[in-house]
Amino acid sequence: MFSYYFRLGLRSLRRNMVLTGLMIAAIGVGIGACMTALTVFRAMSGDPIPQKSSRLFAPQIDNWGPDKHNGGAPDRLESQLSYIDVMGLMKAHAAKRQSGMLAALLSLRPADPAQKPTKVVVRAAFTDFFPMFDVPFKYGGPWSAADDEAHAAVVVLTKDMNDKLFGGSNSVGKTVRLGNEPYRVSGVLDEWRVLPRFYDLAIRPFGDGDSIFMPFTRAIEKQTGSIGSNTCSGDVEPGWEGRLRSDCLWLQFWVELPTQADVQRYRAFLNNYAAEQQKIGRFHWPPHTQLRDVTEWLRYRDVVPSEVRILILLSFGFLLVCLMNAMGLMLAKIMGRAGDIGVRRALGASRAAIFAQCLIESAVVGLAGAILGLLLTALGLGAARALLSKDFVALAHLDWADTGIAVLLAIGATVLAGLYPTWRAAHVQPAWQLKAQ
Amino acid sequence: MQVRPILSAMRRNKFGALLIATQMAVTLAFLANALTLIEQRIAWSERPTGIDEADIFVMQSETLDHPDDLAARLSRDLDALRSLPGVADAYATDMYPLQGGGWTDTVDLNPDQKTPTAYAAHYMGDEHALHTMGLTLVAGRNFSAAEVVDRAENDVPPTSGYIVTKALAAKLFPDGGALGKSIFVETSKPVPIIGIVDRLQGPYTVATGLFSTFDENSVLSPHRPIGERNVYMVRAQPGQIAAVMKSAEAGLFSLDGDRILKSKSMREVRLDAYRGDRGLIVLMSAICTALLVVTGFGIIGLTSYWVAQRRQQIGIRRALGATRQAIVSYFQTENFMIAVAGAALGIALAIALNLWMVRSFEMVRMDDSRAFVGAFIILLLGQCAALWPALRAASIPPALATRGG
Repeated sequence: MFSYYFRLGLRSLRRNMVLTGLMIAAIGVGIGACMTALTVFRAMSGDPIPQKSSRLFAPQIDNWGPDKHNGGAPDRLESQLSYIDVMGLMKAHAAKRQSGMLAALLSLRPADPAQKPTKVVVRAAFTDFFPMFDVPFKYGGPWSAADDEAHAAVVVLTKDMNDKLFGGSNSVGKTVRLGNEPYRVSGVLDEWRVLPRFYDLAIRPFGDGDSIFMPFTRAIEKQTGSIGSNTCSGDVEPGWEGRLRSDCLWLQFWVELPTQADVQRYRAFLNNYAAEQQKIGRFHWPPHTQLRDVTEWLRYRDVVPSEVRILILLSFGFLLVCLMNAMGLMLAKIMGRAGDIGVRRALGASRAAIFAQCLIESAVVGLAGAILGLLLTALGLGAARALLSKDFVALAHLDWADTGIAVLLAIGATVLAGLYPTWRAAHVQPAWQLKAQ
Repeated sequence: MQVRPILSAMRRNKFGALLIATQMAVTLAFLANALTLIEQRIAWSERPTGIDEADIFVMQSETLDHPDDLAARLSRDLDALRSLPGVADAYATDMYPLQGGGWTDTVDLNPDQKTPTAYAAHYMGDEHALHTMGLTLVAGRNFSAAEVVDRAENDVPPTSGYIVTKALAAKLFPDGGALGKSIFVETSKPVPIIGIVDRLQGPYTVATGLFSTFDENSVLSPHRPIGERNVYMVRAQPGQIAAVMKSAEAGLFSLDGDRILKSKSMREVRLDAYRGDRGLIVLMSAICTALLVVTGFGIIGLTSYWVAQRRQQIGIRRALGATRQAIVSYFQTENFMIAVAGAALGIALAIALNLWMVRSFEMVRMDDSRAFVGAFIILLLGQCAALWPALRAASIPPALATRGG
């Protein structure tokens, strides 16, 4: 019976090409717009490190006091830490793994003297950075904790950087010149992409970023300023030493806490730390600290721009209009065939049979709309990539799940829109229709 | 005129009429809000920076070998740039308008203030800065060469006076008389305002959030930033920017070939700065157009259906003497009545949607007149969309009435 109705559906669609075309176009365009917006949104609000996001935490400490956070977050906390606090937390070693970090722009001089030097984004971190964030290695491995202690001149390259500098070969033990000083390569990463780059949201969270990693201690020794934000409050003593001693906020800090008990312990530790600072006279206010995991952090930092939310809302409004449109057209189409339906009813078709037939017809329209919608989504994503800034290069591609959602959404929505016209069709009075003929 | 028959006909097609009216209302609600956002972003991305963008380019230069004569190198670079043919002026700055991010300071009127009086972008420059950027002093004077001091990274040298923008002056001293008054920026020592310029935009470009609230507040300090990375702002003689950009790069490389040099005209800087906003404008406009097209076709489809349904009645009316025009105006009036209902509902919906979006997203408050503009567009759309089916209806021959369907 189903295949018969399916064929009937196809046949009836062909009977009124204009109306059918309009319906399919309306649904296709609506689904296309919606799916484009939704795919971009999902890519932006996705979990960058799903296997670990609930075990990685960003601690926050109020080192400015309650009066100074004007224009900042309502919780009166800032999203970065000072050098004093990062070093204090690193020394305490209260978490399974921890790393303070900063991003710097350094000059990179290629081995080939004919090539011009370039600037690269270098992330300075502690060795825990790599196991903590499950960073995969292709060659070699992270530098050692001893290297951290010794401010050693070692680096880890990303796969792309290794491809560029060494043609993708195993470069462990070779030398790169950063800021005009030699650095020994200790490891090369495999493909590694976290979107958004949750551990430092100040620098293009969805774009290209860190291409070389070096020990944090080395970067500090070399007086490497950060390219992210640096916010200060109150007087700062001059010079690099002055910055290190200041309460300026310019560093990121992450910890790994495997169990709930560890989290509780770390919260208590943070408060003790702040209380300690109050006791020695650095803070003149009671402890005010916070600990958020990756998901909470992304929400707290509002990583998805409000424009994207507005676009989603707009595209769903658009889908709604498209569906109302399809509903109206479906009504016109089905009621235009009231005569046929009357004949079928007179020949013995039950209401249920008419209902089923019309429903399948709507579903066929939905399916065609879905196919058109998918095509438009692919187009829309291409357009979004071209239109939005370079910071979104790595964003958004269609996967099987999205395709499934689109098809289901289109068919479901069309069938829903077709319900009322179908119900009307099932209540066509056969006698009245036949008489009118 | 023929409102009563239309109303009673509509009563038989309740659902279709309701559908069109709702569709128009929803379209109007989203259209008005999208228009508001588009207008805001266009206005935002067209704000003038206050500098002579057409003739200015910025050069970022980074030395490589940690030389210890950074100040001397900077002087050499600047002398070379200023003496190039076609260069009007040049200076070394810490940042430039439309850069995207930069240095913000709080500006206070008292040294021990708890909440700052204002936020401001903190630019540095020497006595050439105003001329290079093409800023106009509205009060006070420019920095003198003697006042300008070198400023190394992480260093806060003494400051003899600030030049501030008119906007910042008004924010700090709403009653006027800012010139000569002392303010506190980055230190607890009072420093007088020695000059006020008409306009100089901060380096921020994001249309929402804290930084968008003080985009005209800038303060210039008489400092020459010394470091391994230098930013030069260069102003070419009118119309010569392309040639000067090339000769400036060549000139700097000939002084010291071992550096990383990138130059960008302010025109390109502006293009990059508002890429995201432009993208949003294009996407929004595309969705708006699609909304109108879809709604228009929906109206065409349903009206055509009504025409088909009433072929016989139309034939009878024509046979009884109704002119073609009367038939057309019947369907146009019918559409108008539906559209008025839809527009009324849509205006309310648009305002409600906007209020909700202002609360939930960083949406701008809509000027309510935008809802009426939307309503007008919707009415016009309805009339246009109904015209084709109405003309088809008018061409139904009166003889149809006699044939009994």
